[in-house]
Amino acid sequence: MPAVVWLVVLFVVPLVIMLSLSLKTCNPASGACTMTWNWGELPRQVNLYRTEFFTSLEYGAAATIVDLILSFPIAYWIAFYGGRKKNFFLMMLLVPFFVSFVIRTLVWEFILSPSGFFLTFLRHAHLVSANFHVLGTGSAVIAGLAYNYLPFTALPLYVALERIDRRVLEAAYDLYASRREAFMRVILPLSVPGIFAAFLLTFIPAFGDYVNQQILGGTSSTMIGTVIQNTFLVTGDYAAGSALSVVVLVISLIGIWLYSRVLGSRSIEEYL
Amino acid sequence: MSVVSDAATVGGRPHEPVAPATKRPHHWGRIALPAYSWLVIAYLVFPIVVMFVYSFNKSVGGVPQVSFSWNGFTTLWYRTWNDAPGLTSAFWLSIRLALIATAISTVLGTLLAMALVRYRPRQFHGKGVIEQILFVNIAAPEIVMGASLLGLFVTFNIGRGFITLVLAHVMFCIAYVAVTVRARLTGFDRSLEEASYDLGAGPFTTFRRVTLPMIMPGVLAGALMAFALSIDDFVTSNFVSGTSSPFPVLIYASTRVGIPPQVFVFGSVIFAVGIALALSSLAIGRKRI
Repeated sequence: MPAVVWLVVLFVVPLVIMLSLSLKTCNPASGACTMTWNWGELPRQVNLYRTEFFTSLEYGAAATIVDLILSFPIAYWIAFYGGRKKNFFLMMLLVPFFVSFVIRTLVWEFILSPSGFFLTFLRHAHLVSANFHVLGTGSAVIAGLAYNYLPFTALPLYVALERIDRRVLEAAYDLYASRREAFMRVILPLSVPGIFAAFLLTFIPAFGDYVNQQILGGTSSTMIGTVIQNTFLVTGDYAAGSALSVVVLVISLIGIWLYSRVLGSRSIEEYL
Repeated sequence: MSVVSDAATVGGRPHEPVAPATKRPHHWGRIALPAYSWLVIAYLVFPIVVMFVYSFNKSVGGVPQVSFSWNGFTTLWYRTWNDAPGLTSAFWLSIRLALIATAISTVLGTLLAMALVRYRPRQFHGKGVIEQILFVNIAAPEIVMGASLLGLFVTFNIGRGFITLVLAHVMFCIAYVAVTVRARLTGFDRSLEEASYDLGAGPFTTFRRVTLPMIMPGVLAGALMAFALSIDDFVTSNFVSGTSSPFPVLIYASTRVGIPPQVFVFGSVIFAVGIALALSSLAIGRKRI
């Protein structure tokens, strides 16, 4: 099958090459790499960029939690009360995707910029203090990540809530469950697979993202994606970059493995 | 008729229910929840409005760069949309790339999906492994795919350019197409194909006249997804593009030297066209139902 060949040659083989590159020693000037079985490179790189790894985990998790909190009520509302306007509301959730990812992030730079018209307006209206600034901080990065990946959270939640059999809910009410009880003991437990899928589909890309950090963050909030991009494309140290990518891959694979253990890897197709 | 009330007529008793599942939305269900939802929608739309507004912003001192502060209204950037160096050609490169990647990945992904649905693990060795690869491919962070592809091209001394972009884009689109098509293939009635064979049609005619029309909605959904993924891809493209920059890569590179205001013009126009297409397909879809 040509598709399998394509995936093996351009997805599996590169990952194996990445593993082997992380054991090599590369000359950044010429780009030539020789195999030195340098097992020390990986722990050395992890140690070197420990802060960036933790920053990425923290920002990725923060953005995912913000997205879960932001999108659960709206997903619930569309699934249960959307009526015939359901498709319209779902399209509204997807509205950011009609603008290129990089442009979207750039616009947030304009919104959060101290000289942009939005913050200028807020300052004149005395809604924020004169020296308020958010651009270049971790909060700006988290805000950007949360904005960019919100549809990845909202859609799986919607799918899970939509699938809940209304008769189960009705049974809960027939058994004199209050709205609160029905929500806590029927709707919430039944939406757990969706929450898990939403978490996976939001956290992994947010964790590896570097565009938001590069555009909205400052030097104090460097994420691991930025480091990987720079070691590959600026420094040209493929061994170091590969070692770091291997760690990112392993962290993601833990999440992926947990997901397929609990829900089965095929279930992902329902949430895309 | 909404799904909520449909469910009530299916599951509910026709006579007076004590506590129907579809009790009218609670007070917060009637006011707070919709209000909140509209706030979230406003939050999603707000940056797009800002982009649109900034596309009419004058630049400072005649330098063709977007400026953060508001300097007055102008339609100059719409009139000179083609003047930003490299922007228009990068846009067409992205379109070409997305069309080619969509075409290849839709064909390959559809064939893979059909193989995955038709054959049992015993007939199809490695089926489980392929499914795992698809899943990891979808869930893996893009930076790892981009970086590892760069490692591949460097190791084998392959020059980066349009070809490597196509190779990479097809790679990350195949899994999405395969999974999307497969999701719509479940419940596919094989007996219709058998009937076609019984009536003397060959495998090709059967595929063209029976199978393809039936799986077409899934294939189209997969193709749409592949196109959307490809046209907006930044991370992988940034690693494998070399000197031929697609639209997102070019814009990202321009953030260091100053963004040409035409970027927001392109963004606004693409948004308007995309929304118009989506709304009209929604409208057509509703009429059919």
